Amino acid sequence: MQLIRKFYYGDIPDDASGAAKAGPAKPASDWPLWEVFIRSKQGLEHKHVGSLHAADATMAIENARDVYTRRSEGISIWVVESHHIKTSAPEAAAELYEPAQDKIYRHPTFYDLPDEIKHM
Amino acid sequence: MTNASLIDFTLYLADSTLILGQRNGDWCGHGPVLEQDIAITNVTLDLIGQSRSFYQYAAQLIGNGCTEDQLAYWRNEREFKNALLCERPNGDWAQTILRQTFFSFYQRELFTQLLHGADTTLSAIAEKSLKEVRYHCRWSSEWVCRLGDGTQESHERMLAAVENLWPYVGELFVAAPYETALQIDTATLKSNWMDAITAVFTEATLPPPSLTSTFMHTGGKNGQHTEALGYLLAELQYVQRSYPGCEW
Repeated sequence: MQLIRKFYYGDIPDDASGAAKAGPAKPASDWPLWEVFIRSKQGLEHKHVGSLHAADATMAIENARDVYTRRSEGISIWVVESHHIKTSAPEAAAELYEPAQDKIYRHPTFYDLPDEIKHM
Repeated sequence: MTNASLIDFTLYLADSTLILGQRNGDWCGHGPVLEQDIAITNVTLDLIGQSRSFYQYAAQLIGNGCTEDQLAYWRNEREFKNALLCERPNGDWAQTILRQTFFSFYQRELFTQLLHGADTTLSAIAEKSLKEVRYHCRWSSEWVCRLGDGTQESHERMLAAVENLWPYVGELFVAAPYETALQIDTATLKSNWMDAITAVFTEATLPPPSLTSTFMHTGGKNGQHTEALGYLLAELQYVQRSYPGCEW
């Protein structure tokens, strides 16, 4: 019989936490997944930073604010439900991407740049 | 305005934010979902940050080498002036979120008044904190609407939370002597707060609240607390009391 329950920091089980066990039972499966895009500053594009669960778009924006901008990472947030994103099929990778590999002339590396031009 | 009143009022603001922060902190690692766990701990950190600003100012007013840590860790229950609402137990998510909504809307109205108050330090802390508080109002009141206007069970839980917490909101609008001395206009606070909360309750399909319909507890502002505070302080102050002056 276990008489003493030993907890490590950050590992206190819910029944001993003092906090309530309220809330949805299986939210991860109930709430849809959202993809989050953050613009780090004015003039830059929104970049994909990750995904999260939320009940609707309003909550998704707020969750994104709390999860992804706590360290001043952004000034604007976009969210979109993940299922709206159409992805390319991994098994089509050969025909989609490999043909570009031997077309080195598509890279602008055959020009001599004058020294005066910076930031190219 | 006497210095004693200013110190007491600053401690009231500091204690209320510290105690509510400590309560909310219990949710860390136990939120209903990961994203909301982070959201409530963000709110918690905002509250504790606010309490530090107020404690630092109070320590400066008290002088004699007083520090924010002494004020937070070395005062007893009867010396704490936090509103009773802040020390009420977490209960379920509905109760935690409703407590936050009640307090955040109160903070919003109070800090707006402090912006134009005579004390420039309190106005500066209020101005900085208001941005955080506005977000807390928005985040927590949306949850009240979601649960109030959600499923049968969430509606019932929100009704239970209202019944449980409502007797503790009246105290917010009963001026303590130090508030009277500082000319805090509790009547305006009350009517603005009631308008805001009534709007939230309407959207949440909860029955309209009334400040005269039930007995209201008072005392927290003057150090008379519910039994809940002693347990909370025991946990909050344990390390400093056992190992005085220890640093992390």
